Amino acid sequence: MSPNLRIAYRFLTAKKRAMFMSLACTILGVGLFIVTQATTSGFEKFFTKTILGINGAIRIEDRIQDTMTSMAAAGSADFYIVNREGVKYIEGVEEPQRLAEAVREFPNVRAVSAVVRGNVQITTSFKTEDAQVFGIKLEDHVRVSDLEEQITAGDLETFRSATGGALVGRVLADRLQLAVGDSFSVAARGQSRALKVSAIFETGYREVDKANVYVLLPEARSLLRRPTGATFLQVSLHDPTRAPRDAARMKQILRHDAKPWQEREKTWLDVFRALRISTMITVSVFTLIASLAMFNTLAMIVLEKTKDIAILRSMGYERKDITQVFLWQAGIVLGIGAALGALFGYVVTWMVEQVPLSITGIFKTDHFIVVRDVNHYLAAIATAVVMVMVASLIPARRAARLEPGDIVRGTAQ
Amino acid sequence: MSSAAKQNPGAVALRCTGLHRSLGQGEGRVHVLKGVTFEARRGEVCAIVGPSGCGKSTLLYLLGLLDQPDDGQIEINGALMSNSDDLARTRARGEHIGFVFQFHFLMLEFTALENVMMPMRKLGRLAPEAMQARAHALLDSVGLGSKTHRLGTQLSGGEQQRVAVARALANQPAILLADEPTGNLDGKNSGLVFDLLTHLAKEQGQAVVLVTHNPEIAQRCDFTRPMRDGVFV
Repeated sequence: MSPNLRIAYRFLTAKKRAMFMSLACTILGVGLFIVTQATTSGFEKFFTKTILGINGAIRIEDRIQDTMTSMAAAGSADFYIVNREGVKYIEGVEEPQRLAEAVREFPNVRAVSAVVRGNVQITTSFKTEDAQVFGIKLEDHVRVSDLEEQITAGDLETFRSATGGALVGRVLADRLQLAVGDSFSVAARGQSRALKVSAIFETGYREVDKANVYVLLPEARSLLRRPTGATFLQVSLHDPTRAPRDAARMKQILRHDAKPWQEREKTWLDVFRALRISTMITVSVFTLIASLAMFNTLAMIVLEKTKDIAILRSMGYERKDITQVFLWQAGIVLGIGAALGALFGYVVTWMVEQVPLSITGIFKTDHFIVVRDVNHYLAAIATAVVMVMVASLIPARRAARLEPGDIVRGTAQ
Repeated sequence: MSSAAKQNPGAVALRCTGLHRSLGQGEGRVHVLKGVTFEARRGEVCAIVGPSGCGKSTLLYLLGLLDQPDDGQIEINGALMSNSDDLARTRARGEHIGFVFQFHFLMLEFTALENVMMPMRKLGRLAPEAMQARAHALLDSVGLGSKTHRLGTQLSGGEQQRVAVARALANQPAILLADEPTGNLDGKNSGLVFDLLTHLAKEQGQAVVLVTHNPEIAQRCDFTRPMRDGVFV
């Protein structure tokens, strides 16, 4: 053990009560930081997983057509007119097959599914509800969504094999009092036909569960009178965090509007981000208190140990040694506080995870959702290190500035 | 005995010339030392005596590089230190100077052995085992061989001062400076501490400069330098 660390340890253990106060505040600061980040990030990640499981990472729709004012000059000229009115969006995807093949060429793309969408009215003997029908190719769509996991009644095999089968959202099914095997009538564009419930799905996202009905693509084309094309392509990615960059490239290369999930769900993601930052600020107060407690402890030790500082200086201990002795004290509290705080945070996070909590709306859960991320632990410890060490520098530097001659003469300020 | 001390008995270890020092601020500023010149040789014990406030302790702190003079020069083992920076003075203190203060100034959270080892650990000249052996030997020589693991708080005033003497000798300094080393002790302990200080210092060839009010102690030194109003008389 270095002489300075040895001295720091003895100085610190001589002020047990003050040290325990600093230690307790550090443990609380680090622990609560971890817990709040684990819970807010938990819900955010769960929401992200839910919406990726419904709509995929990127949705490609509406072909972009340049008008005269935004066209680039020919050849190698740099001349280009930028004009918002120079772009025209043509609804839908005219050649989904070719576009899907082009999308699959992007290295981050995992799968693509062409979807035909249309508004319909669903009628049962109980009541009539507005809904949206989605025509899908099942093999493609299960690769861009969590549809298989979202089935709560019935099964996809029936849907795949039977003609006239439909997957109905849980909320819609409840409103229409539909169960697996029940028939219902669906009307669109002046025609109506009977479909049978093959399965009921539940995403947890209420807007989806109360409106969406999946049918096989040929059925949708026939019902919506759309023999070719698609409304949009749903794309899943190997790394969904790269969706904005991939979408921008797709838009540029494929000349179709491509929206990443971060843009589609910006409102909710901003809410989660604001929540995470606000809890981080709130909990940082604990760390601030820890740093003030450490400042107080060290300031007291400096006052009480002026003679010891004089002895050390008379024995050849340099100013930097004195600074180190006091920074080591902060370091000891930080080291123990960070370790115990991380453990405290882990245990409390586990306990919070056990708390029953029923939430539906933007996702569905029956308990607190947490995320154990090593970055939360590192951020909590880094915050504590910065705050406590900055607060400790002041008394440490003051101790180092003390003149030994003034101390032994009794005139040290 | 340090090799330097053995090789140069009687050599000048410490010299100061024309030292001036004022203390205090503004109108309360007092000219404490008024051109003091002094030297101390290895193997000799010198007492600085004089009434309170005459500048004895101020001179001692200047000689020990704990303070800086307003004017004048201080040489330690021939090296001019009065104008050197804080780091050089601190290193010179650790290597060449041992201090014994009036109020023993042990670090009370540490044992007697740890207190003695403290300067050795900083200087880092010896291996840890050798440091421990030397600390034991020094504590044996001041009669505290059986109390090496007692904390400072578990030692009497006389015992604490004996530990302070052992600690001052730990790095085998060329110069030993003592500020009223017996001022806080009874007669019996005063004699014991003084004998230890002078015996060990002479044995190791160190220059000893001590400030004292005690005439008996002063008489037993090799020579005495009386001070009055900031100058030797």
